[in-house]
Amino acid sequence: MRRDLARQFLYDMLLARRFELRAAEEYAQGNIAGFLHLYPGEEAVAVGSLRAADPGDYVVSTYREHVHALVRGTPLGSVMAELFGRTGGCSGGYGGSMHLFDVERRFLGGYAIVGETFPVAAGVGYWLAMNGEPDVVLCYFGDGAVNQGTFHETLNMVALWDLPVVFLCENNHYQIGTEVHRHSAVSHVHRRTGGYGIEAHWVDGMDVRAVHEATRDALRHVREGNGPVLLECETYRYRGHSMADPAAYRSALEVNELRARDPLLTFREWAEGEGWVSATESAELDQAAERAVEEAVAFAAESPPPRDLHAGVHVRPLDLYGGRP
Amino acid sequence: MSQWKKGNDQAGLLAPARPAERLQVWEALNIAHDRVLAEDDAVFVMGEDVGLFGGSYRVTQGLYAKYGAWRVRDTPISENSFTGLGVGAALVGGRPVIELMTVNFALLAMDAIINMAAKMRYMSGGALRVPLVVRTPGGVARQLAAQHSQRLEHLFMNVPGLRVATPATPQDAYWQLRQAVRDDDPILLLEHELLYFREGAFDPEAEAPPMHAARVRREGGHFTLIAYSRMVEVALEAAEELAAEGIEAEVIDLRSLRPIDLVTLQDSVTKTHRALVVEEDCRFGGAGAEIAAALNERSFFELEAPVARVAGADVPTPYNGALEAASIPRPGDVAEAVREWMVG
Repeated sequence: MRRDLARQFLYDMLLARRFELRAAEEYAQGNIAGFLHLYPGEEAVAVGSLRAADPGDYVVSTYREHVHALVRGTPLGSVMAELFGRTGGCSGGYGGSMHLFDVERRFLGGYAIVGETFPVAAGVGYWLAMNGEPDVVLCYFGDGAVNQGTFHETLNMVALWDLPVVFLCENNHYQIGTEVHRHSAVSHVHRRTGGYGIEAHWVDGMDVRAVHEATRDALRHVREGNGPVLLECETYRYRGHSMADPAAYRSALEVNELRARDPLLTFREWAEGEGWVSATESAELDQAAERAVEEAVAFAAESPPPRDLHAGVHVRPLDLYGGRP
Repeated sequence: MSQWKKGNDQAGLLAPARPAERLQVWEALNIAHDRVLAEDDAVFVMGEDVGLFGGSYRVTQGLYAKYGAWRVRDTPISENSFTGLGVGAALVGGRPVIELMTVNFALLAMDAIINMAAKMRYMSGGALRVPLVVRTPGGVARQLAAQHSQRLEHLFMNVPGLRVATPATPQDAYWQLRQAVRDDDPILLLEHELLYFREGAFDPEAEAPPMHAARVRREGGHFTLIAYSRMVEVALEAAEELAAEGIEAEVIDLRSLRPIDLVTLQDSVTKTHRALVVEEDCRFGGAGAEIAAALNERSFFELEAPVARVAGADVPTPYNGALEAASIPRPGDVAEAVREWMVG
């Protein structure tokens, strides 16, 4: 492990944690509305995997995607402003929490229908393969998504046509409030790809280093033309499915057990123990993350709300009764 | 006065003023596909049996051999996912043409069409464009029974972000497919299974009217018949029947259901003062309801009678041939409805 990478992992996870906790506060204060699905507990997956990707790779994410966008490099302020529904948001305030997009960083959403990510990733992969491009698509999804038809339909197509896609399952144990063993006949997602001949591995999704290493290998495998790969990153979300969910369906014992393996704390402990980061540096990184989130909130609060219902982005012609272009 | 109303009907299927090459609708679509594939490397065609087999209605015949599997791709039977694949490719530079074998199967792809294709430009604040074309045959064909004989235009007409075109002639099929491929937003082409082997005038070099412009297929001063897709034929036959009785019906081919060219309809009603919409789809909550309501709102003082509708029966399509024929408008039904409203 390199020192700069260790610091990067630590900073990314601190930033992600602080960003999401702050989003929850802003939601409570009424500055963020609608559905808000937060990521605490799952940070190692986004950080470990996205730090293994190249800038040319595409990222297709889900409705729990703030941290994917942040780690990908989307400015913090534009993510927060999107949650606020403001013009400074990465979707101009028209998308909100579940519809973040950042074309410049090849970050393609942001989908609020579970399972939609699969065909989109296949489509980007199709385009890359058709044109002989070296880039790969990283496709994120939760354990709840694997029972959608699109999962199986897409696995079939990407395997059939050998499309450059790495599937990253964030198995956080819950499909909203239904635990994985109650929604899937086979709750080990990586065992469900065998029928399609797709290479798949289980990864400890609470360990940022393990996720990073597995993703690096998967990306190499795909770039070398060996076909798609699926990684099941087993992780845990500390909070409910969304802000509207108090998560009463699980015990405090269970949550506390998993919290003991907190990806952020265990990595910090390890990194400090190995001498990659000093305790002082950890504290400095945390303060820097706190400042960055503070600035993001200030930016969002100052950003004006969008005013134009049509905004010139609606499909033309606007006049449904015969307006001629 | 509509720009395209007068003197622009030469290329129409039913009344070609200038003899041109005559082709069938499927051939016109085939040529359009060939041209768009040749002109732009970003275009690819995808769907069940569009490749090696050449398409259920021969529309993509020969293209697989010419352009290869990556450009003309046979898919598994996975409508929602290969349509969604089209959305993904469209987001990053592709210009996919997705064929859904029938509109009945398009129901399986509604998530990709409605939740994704139609919304991504808007919900990304304009950052994303989805230049996706979805072609799908539909309509009541010949005794295919309820699950293979539907007209579902009402489902797509109500989707912001989507455009819906309904070509009825070889020339329009050619023009509208080419226009759809060039456009940066998602467009649905609703084709009709019974029209693929209809012949009509075809001039590949003729200048196309705007995609959504309606066209007058027959001029007449007494009554306006508004139709689209295969019902244009039915309306024209009814008009001939009525002409024998001295009633001259103007027949308008709407060509597009979202948007609708209300200007052309209003122009016609200003002349005739009476209008009737002919649709194959069910009457309740259908295209005719929108057209009639819009005309009533905008042309109320020109109308001598409420805008009427002749539509398909509100039943799943029966298998039995005689019942099937009775479930969709026939020329006699249209003529009879016109006679009824001409009284007084």
